[in-house]
Amino acid sequence: MQESQKKTRQNIPDLIFRLLTGICAISIVAVMLYIGWELYKGAAPSMKEFGFRFLVDKTWNPVLGEFGAASSIYGTLVSTLIAMILAAPMGLIIALFLVELSHPVISRIVGSAIELLAAIPSIIFGMWGLFVLVPIMQTKVEPWLQEHFGYLPIFQGTPMGVDMLTAGIILALMILPFITAVTRDVLQMVPPVLKEAGHGPGATMWEVTKAVSIPYGIRGIVGAMFLGLGRAIGETMAVTFVIGNNHEISSSLFASGNSIASSIALEFGEALNDPMFKSVLIQLGLILFVITFVFQVLAQLWIGQLKKHERS
Amino acid sequence: MKSTSLTLRRATDWTIRALSMIAAVVGIIFLIWILWDVATKGITALDIKFFTERTGPYNRDMGMANAIIGTLYITLLATIIGVPVGLMSGIYLSEFGRTHPLSVGVRFFANILMGTPSILIGVFVYTVIVLKMGNFSGFSGGVALAIIMLPVVARTTEDILTLVPNELRESALALGAPRWRMIIQVVFRAAKAGLITGVLLAIARVSGETAPLLFTAFNNTHFTFYDAEGPLRYVYDMNEPTSNLTVTIFQYAMSPFKEWKELAWGGSLLITGAVLLISIVARVVFKGGKTTRV
Amino acid sequence: MSEASALAEKPQADETVLKHRIEVTARSSESQIEFENLPSKIVVRNLDFFYGKHQALYDNNLDIKENRVTAIIGPSGCGKSTHIRVYNRIYELYREQKATGSILVDGRNILSPNENLIKLRKNMGMIFQKPTPFPMSVYDNVAYGLKLHYRIKKSEMKDRVEQALKGAALWDEVKNGLNKSGLALSGGQQQRLCIARAIAVEPDVILMDEPASALDPVATSKIEELITELREKFTIVLVTHNMQQAARVSDYTAFFYEGYIIEFGETKQLFTKPAKKQTEDYITGRFG
Repeated sequence: MQESQKKTRQNIPDLIFRLLTGICAISIVAVMLYIGWELYKGAAPSMKEFGFRFLVDKTWNPVLGEFGAASSIYGTLVSTLIAMILAAPMGLIIALFLVELSHPVISRIVGSAIELLAAIPSIIFGMWGLFVLVPIMQTKVEPWLQEHFGYLPIFQGTPMGVDMLTAGIILALMILPFITAVTRDVLQMVPPVLKEAGHGPGATMWEVTKAVSIPYGIRGIVGAMFLGLGRAIGETMAVTFVIGNNHEISSSLFASGNSIASSIALEFGEALNDPMFKSVLIQLGLILFVITFVFQVLAQLWIGQLKKHERS
Repeated sequence: MKSTSLTLRRATDWTIRALSMIAAVVGIIFLIWILWDVATKGITALDIKFFTERTGPYNRDMGMANAIIGTLYITLLATIIGVPVGLMSGIYLSEFGRTHPLSVGVRFFANILMGTPSILIGVFVYTVIVLKMGNFSGFSGGVALAIIMLPVVARTTEDILTLVPNELRESALALGAPRWRMIIQVVFRAAKAGLITGVLLAIARVSGETAPLLFTAFNNTHFTFYDAEGPLRYVYDMNEPTSNLTVTIFQYAMSPFKEWKELAWGGSLLITGAVLLISIVARVVFKGGKTTRV
Repeated sequence: MSEASALAEKPQADETVLKHRIEVTARSSESQIEFENLPSKIVVRNLDFFYGKHQALYDNNLDIKENRVTAIIGPSGCGKSTHIRVYNRIYELYREQKATGSILVDGRNILSPNENLIKLRKNMGMIFQKPTPFPMSVYDNVAYGLKLHYRIKKSEMKDRVEQALKGAALWDEVKNGLNKSGLALSGGQQQRLCIARAIAVEPDVILMDEPASALDPVATSKIEELITELREKFTIVLVTHNMQQAARVSDYTAFFYEGYIIEFGETKQLFTKPAKKQTEDYITGRFG
């Protein structure tokens, strides 16, 4: 019995090519690990100094050297939450519009427009947010909200314009195209046969969608939300322009705050000559890194389950 | 048996339809609104001075010429580093190790790297390059952008190459071609359009990045050409802090000066126009189509 | 060293392997002797094939005669394509696929790990079911294989390309458009382009895996004519699900079923008076 499984007299060029491409591929893993390592190293002094208290302390006094990450973590989470509340349903329903409810030509045009929105650099969102949206929020939208819903703590306090709510809205605009596009792809994968079967007994479009498309694509849709969330958490420039730079925690959405990313962006420059300050900011970065890493892993595992599920 | 109300069902359906249309319209409105504002506020700043004067100290004649050139050079450097490595990685994933556990790991980490906030990549490059070199540099900025490009190019390359049918590969091998020739001469050629689109889109994306450049390329109010005779005097010295559009826009927008804010809008229009133009050209001219969500 | 690798080291085929004679369905004992006297280009003995854990070919034994057309027929999934894909070891592109046994080409066991795959493949042309023109001009398509293996001057290259295209009965249709993309040709033309590409490097054997099944009847008959012409210079192995095609075009036919070779013999005989009932059932359309 002869086995020819072993690679026969490999071409040397083939081996070299394979090696080269393999090295490039591994470099991705290497860079990722290196980033994690360097962030850890840089954050170490700060972690030693402040310990776990760091995560819940909201003091922020560079002059006195007292720091706490609480306001940054809070700001990151709240702005992301607002963004998801706004963008998730909207993305889902626009995707529905594109796949089921619109004329193919309109679907293509609107679809392209959404993709265009996705290509706009985040700093533009920041510019527009700061110079156009903020004044509107401060002078029109937020006062209106306060007038009608002021009994809610989130709508109390002086409308700053440069605040959590605006940041959330800008973030929502930024992740909307992404969520829409991925959800649209998911919905398009529903086999037409299933949908036809759903229409068989005489159902409305929405009923078919609710009973067939959404359950079929639910994993992919949730995956899209995960990914959108991951993006929102790490978004820097857009948020930096409109969230203010305040290390306070407030129950009001009208108050300025900060996110981890915005703090690093705005204060790293000042920290260059202050090793502890720098280390603190890097620790913030490490926290952000861990959060996004965990998120990406969860999203990937979820989507991995999705692919397995599809194959069966 | 009580039957469900047809009117109610129809009404729900109608409501959802209306809502979805409204949502789509709202989305379009925001898009048009943003682009309109960028265009109108930016166009007034785009005069000759914008393209010839440097981002000097606050005085009468200011422009963004040095920043434009800086962004070009930094993006070029990022492309030179990031695209080949990304292409090769994509080739590995598609041609050599599709099911290999190593590829699974690479894909996994590539996705995570793609989702990593770009400011952290900037901080990373700061600690490993800027601190070691002792100065901010266009080079470190290019590296930071290259790291961002890398997983994007790798995944789009893999996706596109995977679409090439296996019979084409087998045909080349059946003629006696060694694997590397089969990949480069046949598979690559078949996937050319898609690959070009993918690379262009990746370039468009990094050219608009700000955060990774904040503490790497930093910024510069001067033209940082080489101090030399001959062709080098048109090349930026990448070992210096390098002016660039995005960081300049950031700094100018946050400043109290009206002229600087106008310049910031001008820069915004320029960047947005360039990014959108490249994206449209990539999709339409090369008809690459959609693969990985960037 | 295990027994298997010891066997692999031997450049000459083992006596015991060659002695294994295969049953041949033939018209008469004379034609049977004629069969045995014809030189065998490819000798397959004890070939097993696996997709991972699943076995697809069981103990295949076959002789492919030089300058003859050998057809391989059988219902879908019986292993026909799998079988000929072992001849040029193209299956090695896929990690989980493996073959055991011996395949002697000109006396050399090509399944041995020492076999030079590039030389082997140059010698075994392969035509696929779906035409696979490369994304290049017609000229470059045909020249591709030539450029891989030979250093040829441009003038000589042109002649070779012309020769190959003529041999594939395509020259007249493309001679004024050699620079046009291969993808711009019709399906039948593309397939003939693939044939030209394959014969340009002057292989001894051409493996054809259902070459006409994606083509219209006119293109199909052109391909069949071509096969009969090509027989003069090449040894042809033709996998086909079209029994009439096999009957029209081939000298010998092997009937495969579920990975086994049920019967092998002269085409005329196998189609008129097959020796095995299973063959008869298939040919008369009772299954498959």
